[in-house]
Formats: sequence, structure tokens, C-alpha cells
Amino acid sequence: MNREKSFNIIRTLFSMVAAILVAFIIIVMVSKNPFESIQIFLLKPLTSKRYIGNIIEAAIPLIFSGLSISLLFRTGLFNLGGEGVFYFSGIIGSILAIWLKLPPILLPLACFTASAIAGTAVMLVPGILRAKYNANEMVTSLMMNSIVLGIGSYILNNILRDPSVANLVSYKYNSDALLPVILKGTRVHAGFLIALLCAALVYVYIYKTRSGYEIRVTGTNPKFAQYSGINVTKVIIMVHVLAGAIAGVGGMVECLGLHRRFEWTGLPGYGFDGCMIAMLANNNPFGVVGASLFVGYLRVGADLVNRSADVPTEMIAILQSLIILLISAEKLLKKYRQRWIEKDVKEVNHEVAS
Amino acid sequence: MSNYILEMNNISKIYGNGVVANSNVSFNLKKGEIHSLVGENGSGKTTLMKILFGMEAPSRGEIILNGKQVQFSDSKEAIKNGIGMVHQHFMLVESFSVAQNIVLGMEMKKRLFVNEEKSIQFTEALSKKYNLIVDPKEITKKLPVGVKQKVEILKALARGAEILILDEPTAVLAPQETEQLFKELMHLKAQGHTIVFISHKIPEIKLISDRITVIRSGKTVGTYNASDVSEKEISNFIMGCEMDISIKKNAHHYSTNKISVDHITYKDQEQVQLLKEINFGVKGGMIFGIAGVQGNGQVELIDMLTRRMPIQNGDISFNGQTIKEDTIAQIRKREVGYIPEDRLDQGVAVKESISDNMISNQIYSEDFCKHGLLNFKKISAFVNRNISDYEIRCMGQTQPIGMLSGGNMQKVVVARECENNPQILIAEQPTRGVDIGAAHIIHKKIIELRDQGCAVLLVSADLNEILKLSDVIAVMYEGEIVAYYDHTEGLNEEQLGIHMLGIERHTPEQIAKAVNRDE
Repeated sequence: MNREKSFNIIRTLFSMVAAILVAFIIIVMVSKNPFESIQIFLLKPLTSKRYIGNIIEAAIPLIFSGLSISLLFRTGLFNLGGEGVFYFSGIIGSILAIWLKLPPILLPLACFTASAIAGTAVMLVPGILRAKYNANEMVTSLMMNSIVLGIGSYILNNILRDPSVANLVSYKYNSDALLPVILKGTRVHAGFLIALLCAALVYVYIYKTRSGYEIRVTGTNPKFAQYSGINVTKVIIMVHVLAGAIAGVGGMVECLGLHRRFEWTGLPGYGFDGCMIAMLANNNPFGVVGASLFVGYLRVGADLVNRSADVPTEMIAILQSLIILLISAEKLLKKYRQRWIEKDVKEVNHEVAS
Repeated sequence: MSNYILEMNNISKIYGNGVVANSNVSFNLKKGEIHSLVGENGSGKTTLMKILFGMEAPSRGEIILNGKQVQFSDSKEAIKNGIGMVHQHFMLVESFSVAQNIVLGMEMKKRLFVNEEKSIQFTEALSKKYNLIVDPKEITKKLPVGVKQKVEILKALARGAEILILDEPTAVLAPQETEQLFKELMHLKAQGHTIVFISHKIPEIKLISDRITVIRSGKTVGTYNASDVSEKEISNFIMGCEMDISIKKNAHHYSTNKISVDHITYKDQEQVQLLKEINFGVKGGMIFGIAGVQGNGQVELIDMLTRRMPIQNGDISFNGQTIKEDTIAQIRKREVGYIPEDRLDQGVAVKESISDNMISNQIYSEDFCKHGLLNFKKISAFVNRNISDYEIRCMGQTQPIGMLSGGNMQKVVVARECENNPQILIAEQPTRGVDIGAAHIIHKKIIELRDQGCAVLLVSADLNEILKLSDVIAVMYEGEIVAYYDHTEGLNEEQLGIHMLGIERHTPEQIAKAVNRDE
């Protein structure tokens, strides 16, 4: 492994540890029984099958959105539209899940296809605007989030809403559409397998295919890509299509895996989580899986502390923001890195000399 | 007490990517001398001077200025301490007048406003004092390179520079301009200024310097009195051994016309005519050299040839087919190789591996990519063969290319562009900023391609390179071809220099020969 990569990993680990330390400080400040709380926060999530199930369950949507965003980040696109895609594709897929009549395996597949198409359609707007008119994708994707939330709310209120229930939720999904639980005694559903499959596919795509090569090169130096004859416009649109499809499937998986009806009345927050996951993972597909599990673990821990002790879950939001701050600080640990490099160089010279 | 005004002792610099630019380099200056700092490109001369000028912090070592140890955290401090630097790439505000550029940041005030009148007087006085004649009111953009350089020198002097660092000042100059610069430098020296002259052109160094410090791969070889060493000796110090860098070139065998440029003209957005009636042709088996001072239309011409810029007027065809409607990808399909001038800007993706950087123009070929999947077996064989053929010093093909030295990085670029059997090669400053060894390999490969029947268009500001490689030479001046030689025997740098400065032109009939039409 090269120096740059190992350094990135060390920096990421450092950020994680630093974030947990800050969590300790918060717990010590607000809790009457700080030691017990810390213990619950760190260890309890790993003590039972159910809690581990909770971690995986929490990680599933994060994997999808992390994969989606990491593709965009890799191409140098700072698109925050995963949020709207998750929500909107969930709604579109829900329409099929409620009314379509198909055998068990085909029905979820149809729902995924529909949600992938919906996700692609939403992502294409900032994608095309960027590729053709050089519109800043961050701005347009954020705008898209508001737009699709509006459209989605309309559909939910006027078409999908089940009037027999007090809350704003849709009709019940056709039970054939629901994803089966794969781990007895937990709520871990088949979506986890789909997520892992997606990560593997993205990995192969990025590192083994021509199209992935185009993305990598365009991401590091678009001028070089252009000079080499790569159609950068096409690459940008392609990435948006893929990112939209992955996030779209992710939205649907979440709905069909955990819920019986469409229940989101606002943006679910997974899009922004995806940015954090992609950064933690340094855009590596398998890193995304690891980072998602880590964040899932933090969340379950925080939840348990909240329930069994006197620490609010809001703490976890502070933690996450802190991790992002630390990771995005490129110059963090710069001195340490420089010293390390100098030592490395000396060793190489020594070898050459001897 | 030492008699040095500046001492840099045991300076080491290791960059963040692990490149050791300087290791235990020592360098000193006597008052009022011209001291040359020489070494191959990439040997660490510029880094050393950047450290002196406060642009880089040394990893180790001390700097003693006038007997006091100093440490500059930025260039501002270095300037305050009487050090000035003229960079290879000028740092002037192009839209400002000469006087405005010179007083930038130290403007004379008239109440709240800038006193233009006074700036102009100041510039005139300064210009007279140092015998560096410039027009203070002229807009900088319109000035020729040589004059811009004078402005840069004046800018440094205006800030009280006692020690003046000139980074490769002659790289952009025609021979006659260089002569002029040397007169001016002698004048500065006579007034007590100390000059550090960075270069890798040995005859110049011998001519102008009092003392010479040679650096080789980041280490000092030694400091010598210019009168004590011969050109040959200097060259051996620089390379560390006697090296035969002469190139054997077989007689040419021209085939048919492969590049033909017809009546190309170009006006930029401000209606400035950058190219005028360019006509030339390159045959297979021919190296067509285009000489000229930088900024005389070469960049625009190449941009059109490589389709990064639309062809406004006229036509360009490769192998008899127009490329007017082509995209860059289509140009690539026509078996065109292109070595770009600035490798970091568009020649490589620094974070990706050597392997990835060596195949970017071949990912659409069946060989390397079937059904959208990259064929790693073939790619890896191709890359490994090139690494050994081109003597690319690296830790293996998966190493990120950004960790290589400039010369090795350029070898990757050249290997990529030359090793897929191009019919046409466009080489833009192919050896800029690379060491002599790498340049030698690159030159050999270009000649090899020519011998195989490739049409090579070589654009370079390095006259030595142009003369060494080309079969025929055209000179560009202010967007026009002003001279054309259909052979290079007996041609020398001075002769080309006269055309490069627009002093002498060939007759239209002679220039028309550049078309090289098939009989």
C-alpha cells in the first residue's frame, strides 16, 4: 500500500477516535453517571444479537447513499441530491408496491426498477445542467431536493394517503413486495445483501471497467481526460445516472425493508449522511460499507444511552459533524505526515546506499 | 567574519509527496558578484532559490544574511531583507501599465488616490538609473517577453533588492535578447548588486558568471571560479559523468503529406490577430520544427491542430481528410499522438497510477478493453515494457504518477503518445523541465517514430532541440511564419534568432515551400 493511502486511513481513524473522545466529554458534562453512560455507549451495542442487528439495519440506507455520493465525489462533483432521490424514488416505488400485482420476487424487482428510474430522472436534472451549461451541481441539486419534496408530498397527500389512519401515511404495501428478514431475532432484511452486492458492483465498475476508468480520470484531472479523448460531458451525465439509480434503489430498500407503508413526511436525511460516509470511506466502495457500519454503531450506541441513561441523542449529531470537520481538514496531522515522509525517504536512501 | 553577504548552509528540503529536492546543499554569495546556479532541470536549483526567497520552508539548514541568521516565513520578509526574484513565469498584472506594475503594493498616494504622475516619474528615474529602458505608460500585455522581463527586474529593484535571483531568464529569450540582458546585468553588477543566475545553458554561464555552483540531484557538487573551469568540465559536473548525448539521425525518407495546414487565421475575442495566413505541410518521415519565442501564436496553432479550439478560418487536414468537424476523441482515432506543453495541466492525472496514466488514449481500442472491461493482462504487459524501455524510475506500475520526478513523469507521457504507433505526432516542448538523461531518451524515441514514417510536428522554444531533431524548420513571429528552411545544414541559433525577433524575413516564395505538397 502506498504512503498516501495509509496516511488517509490513519487520518480517518484519528478523526473517529477524536470524535468518540468528544462524545465522552459531552457525556461527562451532561450525565450524572458518566462512566456507566460511556460504557453503554461504547459496549452495549455489541452485547446482543438484536443490537448488532440494529447496527446493520441502520447501515443499509447509509451504504446506498454512501455509494451514490462517492461516485459523484470521485468525479469531482459535489452533488447533495441524494436526499431528494431517496425520498422521491421511495414514493414512486411505493405506488407499485401498493397496487401492482406480481409474484413475490418479481414485485420488489419491479419496485426497484421504478425507483431506480425515478432516482435517475431526479439526478439527471443537475447532471445535464452541469454537463451542458456548467451550472453548479451543488446549487441545482439542493433546489431539486425542495422540488421533489413538493411533488412527493402532493402525491402522498392526494393519491397514496390512507384515510383510515390518523397519521400521514400511505396505504399498506402489498405483502409480496416486502423484503424478508434474513437474520432471525433481528430486523435485518434482504436489503443488506442488495447493499453488499451494490458495493461489489461499484468496486468492479470503478476499477475494472472502461467507464469506471473514465470516471476516475475525469475526477482527478478533467483536462487530462478531455485531452485523452474522453467525453467528459458524457462521463458527468453517466455518473449522475448511476448515482441516481443507486440512491433510488436505496430509498426503496429502506421502505420495503423496514416499513409497511410509506411513512416519510419530509426528507429522510440519508442524502447528507451519504456525504459523510463517502468522505469517511475516501470514496472507496468497501470503505463505504465499513463507514456505514461505524456510523450505524455510533447511532445505536447513542440511542441506547438515550434510552437507558440521561444523555440526549442530539449528541450524535454533534459527533457526526465533528467527524466530517476533522476529515475534511486536509492539513490535519500535516506535521506528523511530513515527519513520516522524511523518515521514509531516509530509509529508502539508506537502502540505496547500503 | 566571513566575506559572504549570504550563506545557505546544509539546506535540505523534502516535499510533502516524498520528493527530496535538496539534501545538504550549501550555497553562498559574495557582494557584487554574478553567481550562477547550474544543474539539470529538476536538480533542485529552483527549490533552493524558493527557500531563499521565503516561498518554501527548508526542512533543515540555516540561512545567514549579512552575518545574521534569518528565517523567512514568506516572500514579503525576503523582499524586506533585500532579496528579489524574477520567476520563470512572470508575475505581472497584464492589464496594468508598466509603472502600475512596478509600484504595485507601494503606490504613491495623493490624499486618498493613487498618484499616477509620481509613479511614472519614479519608474522613469529607476529605469534610467539601471539602464533598463522601458516605457512606463505602456500596457504590460502588449510588451514583448524581453521587455516584460525588464519590468520584472525593475519591480524587484524598486523594492530595494540587493540580491537579485533570476530563474532561467534566458529560456524565453532569443539569442540577441540574451546578449542585451547580459549587458544590463553587468551594469547592475557595477552598481553593487549581487545576482544569482539560474540556468542550464553552459556557454552562457561561462560567459556571464564570476562563480558557479553546480547542483546535481539535490546535492551540491561544488563551487568554482568561472575562469578556472572549462565548459566541458562544467558539463561533466552537471551530469556526474561524461555522457554521449549526441544523437544519430539517419537520412530522411519522406512519404506523403500527412498534416496540411491551409490558410489558418485566428482572431481572439478582443479582435487581436493571433494567427495570420499559416500554411504548411508535414510529410511522413519528416520532423517539422517550429521555432519561435513563446507567445507568437504557437499555442493557438497547436490548440487548433488538437481540436481544443475551433478552427475559425482556413482548414487543417490529416492524411487528406479535414478535421474541422472532429472532436478530440475523433482526432485520437486518426492515430494522432500529442505531447502537451504542460504535463501537470493536461498531460497526467497525478493521483492515478502510472499504468492508468499510460493507457488513457488507448482505452477505446479492442486490445485493451473488450466489452467495456479493461484487459489488465495486456495493459500490464504494455506498461511494464514501456517502464523498462523508457527507463522510468519508479516503484512499479501501480505507483501514483504524482510521486515521480518531472523527467520520469514526462517519459510516461511520451511513452503513452508514442507507443501506439501514431501516424502523426504533435510534440509541444517535449523536454521542458526534464533532465538531460530523460531528454535524450525522449529525443531518441521521436526520431525512431520519424524513421518509422510518422509525421512529427515539433514546437519548441529550445533552439538546440529544434536544430538537433528537425528535418525542416519554420520560424513563427507574431502569428506568422516568417522563415522556412527545407534543410538544417549550416543553420545555427543566431540565424534562427534573427527571424525569431522579426528582424529578417524570408521571401514569400521561400515561405511557400513549407506547404510540402505531394508532387
